[in-house]
Amino acid sequence: MSQATMELMDFDEAMARFDPVLGLEVHVELSTATKMFCGCPTTFGAEPNTQVCPVCLGLPGALPALNRMGVESAMRIGLALHCEVAEWCRFARKNYFYPDMPKNFQTSQYDEPICSDGWIDVDYDTPEGRRTFRVGIERAHMEEDTGKNVHLGGATGRIHGADYSLVDYNRAGIPLIEIVTKPIEGAGRYAPEVARAYVSALRDLLRALEVSDVRMEQGSLRCDVNVSLRPSADAPFGTRSETKNVNSLRSVERSVRYEIGRQAALLAGGGRVVQETRHWHEDTGLTTSGRSKEEAEDYRYFPEPDLVPIAPSREWVEALRATLPENPAARRNRLAAAWGIGELEMSTVVNAGALDLVEATIAAGADQAAARKWWTGELARVARERGVELRDLAITPAQVAEVEALVQAGTVNDKLARQVIEGVLAGEGGPGEVVAARGLAVVSDDGPLLAAIDDALAAQPDVAEKIRGGKVQAAGAIVGAVMKATRGQADAARVRELIFQRLGVEA
Amino acid sequence: MPETAGAITREQVAHLGRLARLSLTEDELDRYSAQLADIVAAVARVTEVATPDVPATSHPMPLQNVFRDDVPRPCLSQEQALAGAPDAEDGRFRVPRILDEE
Repeated sequence: MSQATMELMDFDEAMARFDPVLGLEVHVELSTATKMFCGCPTTFGAEPNTQVCPVCLGLPGALPALNRMGVESAMRIGLALHCEVAEWCRFARKNYFYPDMPKNFQTSQYDEPICSDGWIDVDYDTPEGRRTFRVGIERAHMEEDTGKNVHLGGATGRIHGADYSLVDYNRAGIPLIEIVTKPIEGAGRYAPEVARAYVSALRDLLRALEVSDVRMEQGSLRCDVNVSLRPSADAPFGTRSETKNVNSLRSVERSVRYEIGRQAALLAGGGRVVQETRHWHEDTGLTTSGRSKEEAEDYRYFPEPDLVPIAPSREWVEALRATLPENPAARRNRLAAAWGIGELEMSTVVNAGALDLVEATIAAGADQAAARKWWTGELARVARERGVELRDLAITPAQVAEVEALVQAGTVNDKLARQVIEGVLAGEGGPGEVVAARGLAVVSDDGPLLAAIDDALAAQPDVAEKIRGGKVQAAGAIVGAVMKATRGQADAARVRELIFQRLGVEA
Repeated sequence: MPETAGAITREQVAHLGRLARLSLTEDELDRYSAQLADIVAAVARVTEVATPDVPATSHPMPLQNVFRDDVPRPCLSQEQALAGAPDAEDGRFRVPRILDEE
């Protein structure tokens, strides 16, 4: 394919000759219980066409009924992005034909978005240290998702060359909020990092607002990336391309870098950038040309006659503003300082989706290091193994704190603590009950330990001799034998003490 | 919306036809451009009566803020949903191949 051999200009050279301008459009699926304009549920992964009704199938005569929660979520998102909430706005019909949209129009908003003119500060790392960039928000508006196509026949399983397509409308009508940035100027060579940092910060914010699952891999947060180049920062904007299907944070950064290299090579070679939609290919890391962009007027937008205007009272807006959570970046900095940990450790916690859980575990009495260790270590491993989110595991922060308290008290050691967690996750009860039911407590009575030590020493007289001769590190073999004999239920440090005592050596 | 009532070109009609997925004959292009010009002229007469102090309206009833609670309601079954489909496969609507993304 010709796109595969597309010439790219080296990034540093491109940055020496051009100034990049970005624009990002993020579509976020809300996690409301029902769709935007009908009462169909929004559960992910249901059997095809079982969460549909006359409204979302676009059957004749069906009339939409607006979901209050969808509107409130849109306003909360806008407020968290420091936007103005419109005093009055309407929906509009965006008319086009595509099989995944059964009404032949998308109910969206056009020139009257519910939220506009905001900003978000995003942090990104450079070799010179961490920096903050303020990304302007043009608008956040309400619309609805489309159905899902499967393309069949043909050789590739892609849309090109397919013989026919199958459509599932379960997703059609799920509320979407489209968040559009103002042109991102002045990021220079860090434009790819700023783009990624923006989507990452937006994801954290949406998660903190609890308005969406924000799972990029499941498509509940999708990103379109606009890139253009100009000869210098005071020149007018160049022609932009819009890259669709950019569905991971890493791809956001890579696709910006790729488009900068592609457009720079085109422009430097005397060519021009075509205003078009391009598709991002995760596997090859390149973009290929899609359709040329329609003119906005081809969508023949007009006010939606079946839905009445929305005029949020200022009291309603202020009530929603009062529900906003602490800004995620500020919260992260506050907690990192309180726990005395650095950015790297904090990122581990945040990326594991463990921030709330760790905070709650500390509040339940655990030490910060232990709380982080359990959630980002053993529990994260189990969650990965089961393909679920940490917060969906059947163990509470209070129970994790209780496990840690058992470790601190010497009732269980680290290895036994894992078995306690396993028991809690298996629904065998709280940590205390699991310890009792499984008989997991560390053997703290010296009697049985001494008997096991005597057996081990008798079985390995050469080792015993070495220890007597002052080679204290040889005691490890005896400790191991005792641990084995007690099926891990002994306190290793105590066993070591007793061995030296028994042999009359100073440790 | 264009303010200029009057001429609707055959090109405009052909473009609208493409957007609406209608294939129009030469005769129809002529006929529809004349008819559409009449319609636009008729609608334009509204501006003669509407003075600047009358706000544009999209809804005849003075209603706003009509909402539904976020509570699930019963759906159609898959069989019901597909009952009117010309073709179906694997519980999905089967549609002809999609060409316009080439």
